[in-house]
Amino acid sequence: MRLELSMTVTAAFFYLFATITIASGFMVIASRNPVQSVLFLILAFVNAAGLFLLMGAEFLAMILVIVYVGAVAVLFLFVVMMLDVDFAALRQGFLQYLPIGGLIGLILLLELILVVGTYTIDPGLVRSPQVPIPSADVMTNTEAIGQVLYTRYFYFFQAAGLILLVAMIGAIVLTLRERVGVRRQDISKQNARTQETAVEVRKVPFRQGI
Amino acid sequence: MEFGDILLAVAIMLGKSLLMLVALLIFIAYALYADRKVWAAVQLRRGPNVVGPWGLFQSFADLLKFVLKEPIIPAPANKGMFLLAPLLMCTLSLAAWAVIPLNSGWAIADINVGILYIFAISSLGVYGVIMGGWASNSKYPFLGALRSAAQMVSYEVSIGFVIVTVLMCAGTLNLSAIVEAQNSSLGILGWYWLPLFPMFVVFFISAMAETNRPPFDLPEAESELVAGYMVEYSSTPYLLFMLGEYVAIMTMCALGTILFLGGWLSPIPFAPFTWVPGVIWFVLKASFLFILIAMVKALVPRYRYDQLMRLGWKVFLPLSLAMVVIVAAILMATGNAPGVR
Repeated sequence: MRLELSMTVTAAFFYLFATITIASGFMVIASRNPVQSVLFLILAFVNAAGLFLLMGAEFLAMILVIVYVGAVAVLFLFVVMMLDVDFAALRQGFLQYLPIGGLIGLILLLELILVVGTYTIDPGLVRSPQVPIPSADVMTNTEAIGQVLYTRYFYFFQAAGLILLVAMIGAIVLTLRERVGVRRQDISKQNARTQETAVEVRKVPFRQGI
Repeated sequence: MEFGDILLAVAIMLGKSLLMLVALLIFIAYALYADRKVWAAVQLRRGPNVVGPWGLFQSFADLLKFVLKEPIIPAPANKGMFLLAPLLMCTLSLAAWAVIPLNSGWAIADINVGILYIFAISSLGVYGVIMGGWASNSKYPFLGALRSAAQMVSYEVSIGFVIVTVLMCAGTLNLSAIVEAQNSSLGILGWYWLPLFPMFVVFFISAMAETNRPPFDLPEAESELVAGYMVEYSSTPYLLFMLGEYVAIMTMCALGTILFLGGWLSPIPFAPFTWVPGVIWFVLKASFLFILIAMVKALVPRYRYDQLMRLGWKVFLPLSLAMVVIVAAILMATGNAPGVR
């Protein structure tokens, strides 16, 4: 009875989060206004974080909210809000882009089926049951992630960081423009000024000016 | 767990939350009053002094005034989002208080990733501002929203690094455990504000930028944008924005207390002082930080926007990044790193 009831509560929350995630995921592509799309995307993120919480992965849930909702989606919203969107023009292109969109969707679906269909448990995990998995009260899942991330998956982690760095440098190189004739504040130059270089004292003759 | 047990647990949780909410809101009302009094004192004015003895009921009079006014929704505004934005802002900033431990064991939810939770919730506060600014469908609110988006994202980065340095010293993400990690025989000298002093300064300034507090209140700079993202708001929605902002400021004060000022610990770790209940120390420390923030509002002129961005990205980011590396190196070299086996 005890287990059953708490399972029911968990299941209820699971269906709540899962339904909202899928519904808002659908609304992302269905809503007419791009700003509303982004807001639905955020709702989907938050509910996905709720699903992580239900699985006991609180670290992942919080990181999802911090990174995706707190930073990435803000920048999305920032860009989308500044777009001058013509809704009629958006509708027009729908049929024209349908084949290529459908093709991409099909390829993604096939890939997902391939990945999920051939999913097996890592043989390394099966072979090493002699290493005990510490219980949740001994080690928090933040620590547990850290211990595999910085040992076993260290190179993957570093590679991911490197890819992000390359992407960042690429974005900066693409958008950086050195414009001439712009007057910028140079704090170090301002601080380097002394009384001698900044102020000139002149004797002004009476009734003549400079 | 029987059904009755679950109901009881939920009822206790609700009771705790309600108690916290009421206490917090009353505290906020007096923090607002204190803010105005400090500001007035710096400018040699009297401040609010009419409603009640010494003006003590001013905040409640303001509340009544806002609630009784007519809410005006502009015709071209996106109605749903226009009303959702202040609600979101207020709810989110109140939600952060669920994990803040006022005394040892006095948190509504003492979760393992408490610090990440607060960081996540406070980074969501920007949505209230952006949605409000966009939904108003008007020029000044929109500019305010854009400014706010850029500003809050920039300063979150340095707050994140500040939190990382504290975490490295404490070795845990749990807020109560972070406070306990500062418990030593040194008392006030053992808290993190002293060894991590540069980070304390960075945190204090970033907290003001993160909560759109003067001198970083560019999203509502009245000399340029009238009232920024709040231009079109009136009555209760405006009140919710205001309340959300002050609650967020108090959250930052509480967070600073926990991370750097030893939470509920007594500053002098022997007998007469340790008898004082921890919650009093906590409130005193948080109020101290709040008074500091109020003084900054009174003393420092508003930043220019490019200077604000420069401070965030070119000064605080390298400084806090360097401090993360330095603190990590020192902890490893002296063998004080927690959790290294």
